[in-house]
Amino acid sequence: MCAEQTTIKISKLDFYYDKFKALKNINLNIYNNKVTALIGPSGCGKSTLIRMFNRMSDLVPKTRAEGSILLDGENILEPSLDVVKLRRKVGMVFQKPNPFPKTIYQNIAYGLEINGNKNRESIRYKVEDALRKAALWDDVKDRLHQSALGMSGGQQQRLCIARALAVEPKVILFDEPCASLDPISTAKIEELILELKKNYTIVIVTHNMQQAARTSDYTAFMYLGELVEFGKTDKIFTVPQEKKTEEYLSGKFG
Amino acid sequence: MKNKIIQNAAFSLIGLSMVVTLLFLAGIIYFIASRGLPAISWEFITEIPRDAMTCGGIAPAIVGTIYLTLGAVLFAFPIGVACAVYLQEYSPKSHFVNIIRIGVNNLAGVPSVVFGLFGLAVFVKFFGFGVSILSGSLTLGILILPGIISASQEALMAVPISFREASLAMGATQWQTIYKITLPAALPGILTGIIISIGRAAGETAPILFTAATFYKREYPNSIMSEVMALPYHIYALMTEGLQPEKQTAIAYACALILIILVGIISSSAIIIRNKYRSGYVR
Repeated sequence: MCAEQTTIKISKLDFYYDKFKALKNINLNIYNNKVTALIGPSGCGKSTLIRMFNRMSDLVPKTRAEGSILLDGENILEPSLDVVKLRRKVGMVFQKPNPFPKTIYQNIAYGLEINGNKNRESIRYKVEDALRKAALWDDVKDRLHQSALGMSGGQQQRLCIARALAVEPKVILFDEPCASLDPISTAKIEELILELKKNYTIVIVTHNMQQAARTSDYTAFMYLGELVEFGKTDKIFTVPQEKKTEEYLSGKFG
Repeated sequence: MKNKIIQNAAFSLIGLSMVVTLLFLAGIIYFIASRGLPAISWEFITEIPRDAMTCGGIAPAIVGTIYLTLGAVLFAFPIGVACAVYLQEYSPKSHFVNIIRIGVNNLAGVPSVVFGLFGLAVFVKFFGFGVSILSGSLTLGILILPGIISASQEALMAVPISFREASLAMGATQWQTIYKITLPAALPGILTGIIISIGRAAGETAPILFTAATFYKREYPNSIMSEVMALPYHIYALMTEGLQPEKQTAIAYACALILIILVGIISSSAIIIRNKYRSGYVR
């Protein structure tokens, strides 16, 4: 475990929604080119935590954070931090597929255009590249200029992944990416996550414990805003150290 | 069984309301068309008036109404949409913003003649624009502003948060998100507001009464500083002034019919644009 390189280092992190303390003294390392799963019952703070890694937490008014989250040695909680730069480094895929009401091509080109890429040839190349990386190219190469809203849910979610990849992030956050998908689409997304970890550091929030077991290298179990246990996924699932973890994994509550 | 009777009764009532509404609409159109059509000819819509309004056409009034309406929309559209974007996307949710919202909604309820007086005091006198297309357009623009703001705000509110989140999460700035994602997605709703505003601006009489309109003008306006004839005011003047009420009434109905057709044409072009943006996705 010590041999891993740390990408994100979270220390003594507290987070408040107004007066409600949603995260309590979180200390956690996210390792480079690994998949880290955040699991726990609803309201445990896992979605709050993942949304801090790209400061999407800023969108909720009256929130406050204490402690630090270091990404490449820089504390991303600093108010002076350029969130636009941060979000280009830390991409996100949401619970529900949310493609823009534009064509498939434009959905991906958007991320490149806002980054200042005006070269049409380069955009075309990168759109194809992103679609290939998201295992979507063969499905859509003949209808790149049709509405993205005409795709199936699973395809839409892979488009959202392609869209995130096109910006060339270092970390990709998945916030329950399969919550609204059928088992076959879910399997494809999981396969994709395993493929992507070769090049990206991945954090995934999931309600599905089997999914965490199948896809992740490390698992963090959270409960009521606290990090109960963190370790290698096979250890957590076979010999959990904490009673709470064992109870959750065996379905005693959730 | 009882529920079924209630359901049937409810459906009948709803259907009846629709029939009554349609009857009124058809009645108005039939009434105006039957009295107005006889006076309408090619000459009527293409020539300037002669002989104290009893002969010739109303072309300057048609042109004047088009200028005033387009001027009002050109003025109110950018300001109204920008204001809605500020209120909906940028401003923190505070009491101050709530007060602005209430203010905008109240402005929509102010009688149009009050806008006319305001236009007279501010644009005609204070800015010295005189009685002109410019003053009239600005006054009509202010009149339709609250409607455009409300419609635009509703349209922006209806854009799913998930679009904004997706854009921001890709490293877009808030402005890029608004300009490239939120506004295009809201455009059909915004255009609906514009369409309603066009009808309102074209049909209002009171705001242009003191600021732009003149009853009798034998030429087309030659600059935005000219006074103009306008259809709604022309109808009003035909019915209240002049020496040949018989002839004038027939012309007034013809003007009313032309006004309805004109608003129809302007609105349907806006509807065509809107439907283009609604067809599944936007460019």
